[in-house]
Amino acid sequence: MSATGIGAAVRRKEDRRFITGTGHYTDDINRPGQAYAYFVRSPHAHATIKSIDTKAAAAMPGVLAVLTGAELAADKIGNLICGWMIHSKDGSPMKMAAHPALANGKACHVGDPVAVVIGETLAQARDAAEKVKIDYAVLPAVADPAAAQKPGAPQIHDIAPKNTIYQWSLGDAKAVDVAFKSANHVTKLDIINNRLVPNAIEPRAAIGEYDSGAGTFTLWNTTQNPHVARLVIAAFIGMAPEHKLRVIAPDVGGGFGSKIFIYPEEVVALWAAKRVGRPVKWVAERSEAFLADAHGRDHVTHAEMAFDAEGKILGLRAKTIANLGAYMSTFSSSVPTYLYATLLSGQYEIPQIYCEVDAVYTNTVPVDAYRGAGRPEATFVVERLVEVGAREMGQDPAELRRKNFVKKFPHQTPVIMMYDAGDYNASLKRAMELADYKGFARRKRESARQGKLRGIGFSTYIEACGIAPSQAVGSLGAGVGLWESAEVRVNPTGSVEILTGSHAHGQGHETTFAQVAAERLGIPIDNISVVHGDTDKVQFGMGTYGSRSGAVGMSALVKALDKIEAKAKKVAAHMLEAAEGDIEFKDGKFSVAGTDKSAAWGDVALNAYIAHKFSGQELEPGLKEGAFYDPTNFTFPAGCHICEVEVDPETGNADIVGWTAVDDFGVVINPMIVEGQVHGGIAQGIGQALCEGAVYDKDGQLVTGSFMDYCMPRADHLPPLKVDMTVTKCPSNPLGIKGCGEAGAIAAPAAVINAITDAIGTEQLAMPATPQAIWAALQKTNRMPQAA
Amino acid sequence: MAAQKGAQTATVSMTVNGKPVTGDIDPRTLLVQFLRENLRLTGTHVGCDTSQCGACVVHVNGKAIKSCTVLALQLEGADVLTIEGLAPPNGPLHPMQEAFRENHGLQCGFCTPGMIMTAVDMVRRKGHDLDDRTIREELEGNICRCTGYHNIVKAIAAGARAMRGSATTSKAAE
Ligand code: FES
Ligand code: FES
Repeated sequence: MSATGIGAAVRRKEDRRFITGTGHYTDDINRPGQAYAYFVRSPHAHATIKSIDTKAAAAMPGVLAVLTGAELAADKIGNLICGWMIHSKDGSPMKMAAHPALANGKACHVGDPVAVVIGETLAQARDAAEKVKIDYAVLPAVADPAAAQKPGAPQIHDIAPKNTIYQWSLGDAKAVDVAFKSANHVTKLDIINNRLVPNAIEPRAAIGEYDSGAGTFTLWNTTQNPHVARLVIAAFIGMAPEHKLRVIAPDVGGGFGSKIFIYPEEVVALWAAKRVGRPVKWVAERSEAFLADAHGRDHVTHAEMAFDAEGKILGLRAKTIANLGAYMSTFSSSVPTYLYATLLSGQYEIPQIYCEVDAVYTNTVPVDAYRGAGRPEATFVVERLVEVGAREMGQDPAELRRKNFVKKFPHQTPVIMMYDAGDYNASLKRAMELADYKGFARRKRESARQGKLRGIGFSTYIEACGIAPSQAVGSLGAGVGLWESAEVRVNPTGSVEILTGSHAHGQGHETTFAQVAAERLGIPIDNISVVHGDTDKVQFGMGTYGSRSGAVGMSALVKALDKIEAKAKKVAAHMLEAAEGDIEFKDGKFSVAGTDKSAAWGDVALNAYIAHKFSGQELEPGLKEGAFYDPTNFTFPAGCHICEVEVDPETGNADIVGWTAVDDFGVVINPMIVEGQVHGGIAQGIGQALCEGAVYDKDGQLVTGSFMDYCMPRADHLPPLKVDMTVTKCPSNPLGIKGCGEAGAIAAPAAVINAITDAIGTEQLAMPATPQAIWAALQKTNRMPQAA
Repeated sequence: MAAQKGAQTATVSMTVNGKPVTGDIDPRTLLVQFLRENLRLTGTHVGCDTSQCGACVVHVNGKAIKSCTVLALQLEGADVLTIEGLAPPNGPLHPMQEAFRENHGLQCGFCTPGMIMTAVDMVRRKGHDLDDRTIREELEGNICRCTGYHNIVKAIAAGARAMRGSATTSKAAE
C-alpha cells in the first residue's frame, strides 16, 4: 500500500478551505443584481385557501413580486413528482396526489408554501410577507399515521380514499402462517419507529438565475444529486429544456438524504428569477427547515418472529403503516417498501417472511429517505425481535444470533435480496472481544453497587447498498437507472481531473476518488483533482445516497481508468517503437516487456497531445475517457454494534458508557474517512434512540420545530466510540467495496434500545428513550439494583 | 444585510481580523449578517435561528460569542476575529485548524469554523490539557450533524496541546 493509495488514511484534500472559512456553500454565493425570496407558509395543517390578497404586500418598499400558486399554474409550471412507482397488492398504482410548488386552493401541512415575496433585500421580502392576506377555511387534520386510515379521519387528497397511498406486500403470507403454526415460541412486538428531522447543519438554499439572451437557467442548489434535479425540473416540472438548465451543487453542508429530493423552493427560485428578471436567492431559516425539509422514518409496526425449540428462526411477519406526509416526496414510496421489507431477513437464515405495508397521507411535512432509509426501520424490527426472543426463551442473545446467521454465500433470502458475501460470526466475535462481553457481569455488579442499572445490547445489522442495479430497480418501480458515471481527463502535463456523477457533502470524495486514481496511475495524489456537482462539467450522474459513491461511483472511475490505461499504452507503444501488447504499465511507468526501454506517465500524456509520434490514421490524439458503471447486484455491508448503558433509576437517565462497532464494508479506500462515517451514523442512530423525535399535536402543529424543542445529539450525549472492521470483499464490483455511509444509523437504534431494556427489565420502551420515558417504564418494573 | 433604500440606516465601525471596517447598515443587522454580507467574510455560518448550533461563533474582544445573537451596532469599536483571521491567508494554519485536519474533525465543514473558534476559546479558558469530559461539556453550544463528535473531541485535545508553546494565539492576525 502506498502512502496515498487504496487503504491509506490520507488526510483530506478538501479540508483546507473548510478550516480556513473559504469554502463556497450556496449561501456564500451572491449573484450580481440578486433579489431575495421569502415564502409565506401555511400556519394550518389542513385548510382551504379561499383567497389571497397580495396588494398590500406588493406595495411595500423594495418588493419586486408577490407570487402565488395561481400564477405558477398559469405559467404551466408542473407539479413535483415521486419517481418510484409502487403497486398495491390488488395491482392498482400508488395514489400520487398533485404537489404544486406553491399550494393551489388547499394547504396540506403546516409550512406548505402558499405564496412567495421577491424583494430587493431579504428584510424587505420578509416584511412584505407579513402583509400577504390569506383567507383560510381551516379543515380538520390528521398527523398520526395510525389514525389516518380510520373511519372519520379527515380526507386529505381526493385521489387517495382513506388517505391510503398503497397497500403493498412482499413475501408468501400462507407459507409464513404455516411456519408460525409449527413454532415452539413466538415473539411479538409493537414498534414505533420515531419520526426524525434530518437537520443537516447547512440549511437548504437555492439561487435561480435566468439569462434572457441565451434563454438559459442556472440553479445553485444544496443538492446531493444535481443531475437528477436537472432532469426532474426539466422533464417533469417543465421549467426549461434539460440543455438549457445548469444545476450547480457547490459545497454542500451535509445531506443525510434530505438534500436528495426536488423541493418547491428551488423550482420557485428559478421561476421567479425569470419572472422578475433578476437572480433570486432563497435560504432556509432553521425553523423553516423543520417545516419544509422532508422528515424521516415514522413507521408504526406490529411484528412477530417464530422460533423452533432450539431457537432457530422459522418465520417473520410484519405489518407496517408508513407515514409519507402530506405529499409524496421524490423517492418516498421506495423507502417503506423495497428499502425496508427486503432487509427483514437481517443476517439470518429465515425460511419465510411476509410483510404488509400501508403508506398513508397525513397533514405533516413529507417523509422521505433519511440516512439508512428503510434499512434502519428493518434492522430495528429484526434486532428487537431477536433480542427479545432470546430473553423470552432464556437464551444468550449472541448465541441465538450465531445459531441463526447466514453462513453460506450466495444466500437467497425470501425477500428478493441475494447476499453475496459476508462473515457475520467474525464481526460478532471481534465486537464481543473489543466490548469485553465476558467482563459485562462484573461491570454490572459494579454499577449495581453505585445504585445504577447496567445493560448491554447487540445489533447485528445488514444493509443493501451500492444502490443499485438499474434493471433490478426498474422492475421494482424505479423511474431512473441507478448506475454512475466517471470521466478521466489527463492533461498534457500529466495531471489528472476526475469527473464524477457522485456528489460529496462531507464524504471526502476529493480525497478518496483521487486515492483510487493515484494508486492506479502511480502519480502523486496532489496531481489529481476531482470535479463534481456541476451539470455543465459532469455530463450525467445519479448523485450520492444509499452508500453508493464508493461501490458504484468508484467502479465507474475504475472502468474509465481501464480505458485510459489502454489508450496510454497505445501512445507509449508508438513512443517506444514496440508492439502495444508488449507494453506494461506499473508505478507510473510504461515499459517494454523484457527490455529497459520505458516512458514516464508525464511523457506519455504529453505525447498523447502533441501527437508527433503517431499519425491521425493510427491513433486519435488526446487522453480522455469516460465510463458508465451499472452494478450487477446490491452490496451487503454488515456488522455488529454493541452498546453498553448505565441507567440511573432515580432520574431515568441512560448514559451510554461503551460503544463497539465492528463493520464489514469490504475493501476500504480510506479508513480514516470510513471511521468518520461510522461515527456520524452512530451519533444519528443514538440520537434517534435517546432524544430525537418530531412531535405533532392533534391539530397537526409541529411541536418540535426548533433546536430548542427538537433534541439534536450533542457531544456530551455520546461516548467515545470503539470502531473496528472485518473484511470480506464485495464480489460484484472491481474494487470489492460495499459502502459505509449509513451503517451507524442503521445499527445503532436497536443496540441502544436492546441495552436499555436489558438494564431496566421491560420491553415496553419506545424511542426516543428519554429519561422521562425510561423512568416511567422503570416504575412498572420496580427493578432496583441489587447490591452484590 | 445591505441598507435598504429609504430605510433608516446607521453607521458602525469595528476592527475585523485586524483591519478597521465601517458600514452603513439597517439597525436590525446581526453581527453575522454584517460579516457575511457587508464584509463578505462567509466563513462564519448560520445554522439556526435560536442560538443553538454554534456555526456562527467568532471572537469579540478575545471571547467567543455567537454572532447570530448580537446586533452589529452593539459592537461599535469592538475587536472581532473570524475564522478567516485565525491564520494568515497563505501562511501556516493555526494549530487548532491543523488539528482538525489531522484528526478528521470535520466532514461537510459547515459547523467547522464555529467549532474551531469555540475550541480556541476553550483553550484560553481551560488550558492546554483538556480531557474528553471537559471538551464534550464545553461543546454544549455547538452542534455537528456529521462527525458524531468523536474526532472533533480528539482534534480539540490535540489542538490544545499543540497551542502550548505556539506563538499563535487567538489574536494571531493582529
Ligand atoms: S447560527 Fe448562531 S447559534 Fe446557530
Ligand atoms: S462537519 Fe458537517 S456539521 Fe459538522
